[in-house]
Amino acid sequence: MNAVTRIHSRSVVLADENIDTDRVIPARFLATTTRSGLGRHCFSDWRYLPDGSDNPAFALNQPSARGCSILVAGRNFGCGSSREHAPWALLDYGIEAVLSCEIADIFRSNALKNGLLAIVLSEPEHRWLLEHPGIELAIDVRTQTISLPDGGRIAFEIDAFARHCLLEGVDQLGYLLARSAQIDAYLQSRAVVSAGVAA
Amino acid sequence: MSAPRTLFEKVWDAHLVCAQTSDTPAVLFIDLHLIHEVTSPQAFDELRARGLGVRLPERTLATLDHSTPTLPGDANGERPYATPAAKAQVEQLQANCAQFGVQLHGWDSRERGIVHVIGPELGATLPGSTIVCGDSHTSTHGAFGALAFGIGTTEVGHVLASQCLLQSKPKTMAIEVDGALPAGVSAKDLILHIIGQIGIAGGTGHVIEYRGAAIRALSMEERMTVCNMSIEAGARAGMIAPDEVTFAWLAGRPRAPRGKDWDSAVAHWRTLASDPGARFDQTVHIDAGKVRPTVTWGTHPGMAIALDAPVPVARDAVEQRALDYMQGRSGQPMLGTRVDVVFVGSCTNGRLSDLREVAAILRGRRIASHVRMLVVPGSESVRRDAEAEGLHETICAAGAQWRLPGCSMCIAMNGDIAAKGELVVSTSNRNFEGRQGQGARSVLASPAVAAASAVAGQLADPRQYLNEAAA
Repeated sequence: MNAVTRIHSRSVVLADENIDTDRVIPARFLATTTRSGLGRHCFSDWRYLPDGSDNPAFALNQPSARGCSILVAGRNFGCGSSREHAPWALLDYGIEAVLSCEIADIFRSNALKNGLLAIVLSEPEHRWLLEHPGIELAIDVRTQTISLPDGGRIAFEIDAFARHCLLEGVDQLGYLLARSAQIDAYLQSRAVVSAGVAA
Repeated sequence: MSAPRTLFEKVWDAHLVCAQTSDTPAVLFIDLHLIHEVTSPQAFDELRARGLGVRLPERTLATLDHSTPTLPGDANGERPYATPAAKAQVEQLQANCAQFGVQLHGWDSRERGIVHVIGPELGATLPGSTIVCGDSHTSTHGAFGALAFGIGTTEVGHVLASQCLLQSKPKTMAIEVDGALPAGVSAKDLILHIIGQIGIAGGTGHVIEYRGAAIRALSMEERMTVCNMSIEAGARAGMIAPDEVTFAWLAGRPRAPRGKDWDSAVAHWRTLASDPGARFDQTVHIDAGKVRPTVTWGTHPGMAIALDAPVPVARDAVEQRALDYMQGRSGQPMLGTRVDVVFVGSCTNGRLSDLREVAAILRGRRIASHVRMLVVPGSESVRRDAEAEGLHETICAAGAQWRLPGCSMCIAMNGDIAAKGELVVSTSNRNFEGRQGQGARSVLASPAVAAASAVAGQLADPRQYLNEAAA
């Protein structure tokens, strides 16, 4: 994963609550064996009209949303399916950060592992951002703050390890494999009765 | 004497390779890794790119379920895949399992089926174990007192390569279901009712333990239905303490311990229940006696109401959007809503007991002429058992279609879909917009409600049919 330290962009708002990962990328696009090129399916059933043209009513299709990489989404974004295709599709589309007052567990974990910032804000701050689409935001992972155009700042919490991995571009699989000796020791230390496989 | 611990904490503690610190997550050992064709190909690619192998292939179990057609192949053995991409995905898993030495329950296996149906059937799902899969309904396995949760594809790669995951310890939530479910009210009604009460994000950040007299009274199949939908309340996992029902169900299964190993395993499993006085971060009480047959009216599983209640009035924009999508009319009864398609199957309700319930209602009846009904067994084993009992004959005689095992219309990526505007009564777990086909409208329900609705051609209370059958 590449390091992610700062994201600077205008915001685009999808205020709907409970945007599930089926809405981010419908299941019919999961029949793939790669992780690339999913951006064209991002929000597919929302973004395109039945004839395949862009739905002008969809927020991300507005001219003002062009180039926006910070998505402010309604409460409980990313609920439902564990498909990692959802963060892959968002990143490929050009979204680099999702801000909400609640983000579903599996989506948040998947997003952060791909360098997609998934940031949970307090309800008042979230509401304010929902009410101010198109505002210039600068997200700083190191200081855990979002800077506003008027000089105001919103502080956010992020898991210490996730923050470290984002800032340093830590390879989490490499981190795990570096604990091989501990894994071996663990395996030796326990009688293997509980796994349903021959010891 | 150590502090009292919950079931979750006991399983968590027993699998810590490295404890969590303020700066680093825990390294958690995974006993069983289930994989399927949709969420694994990119993980295997990662192993190849790094020159890694599968750390413990014997703890990895693969099957084909999501992209697989439920209609048989032609005379040449060509299966009717929805797309060439679906076929390629299946072939990729076959090749990956062969290359990395992972056992695949593929097309030629008598044990192939939905990943969360076959794990328990094989006795691979055991109390006190940690189980993960690139699928959010992995929570199903918690019915056995396992800590089981869905992961993304990056994490699938982590488990393949290391048999471990980096995890932060979740919070715990006790859902105490007191009393007894009324006659004709199922586990599906109960879990829809629970999600309706706590909301689809009510469990976010938590592992749920379902407890209480009404939970103890459930069969293993019913417990799986309840735990399966934990993720629909936002929870990472749902668990039920193992007991005699669990042990009786597992005894003699192919991968379950045998002989002396079985005895010592059961002795260990008896210690897993939450200790008296163990502390949960949250506790919710549900009165089982108040649960009625329950269905969804909207576009997520928390939009659930009693079948005999009217369609609610929208309280906010979210509910109004859901009502508009569902073409619901506030104040009108849910009962009597015209039905186009009925789907029976999925990891929620695709087991033998579910098919028996459906057959009991369909026996000697025909489904309404305008209804298309798919009955999809959860596994080859379920299919064999159902056919041995003649359930398929009852189902076909009623005018429904008896299909091959798979996820089918639950995720609707194998070609089994509903058309725009069609109303589907579905025994599956998600009623999101477009989940069962672009523009299709889903009503989640129990197998009994689904079967009764197929016969009536409209949403119907199964108790009228069950009472007739008993009379």
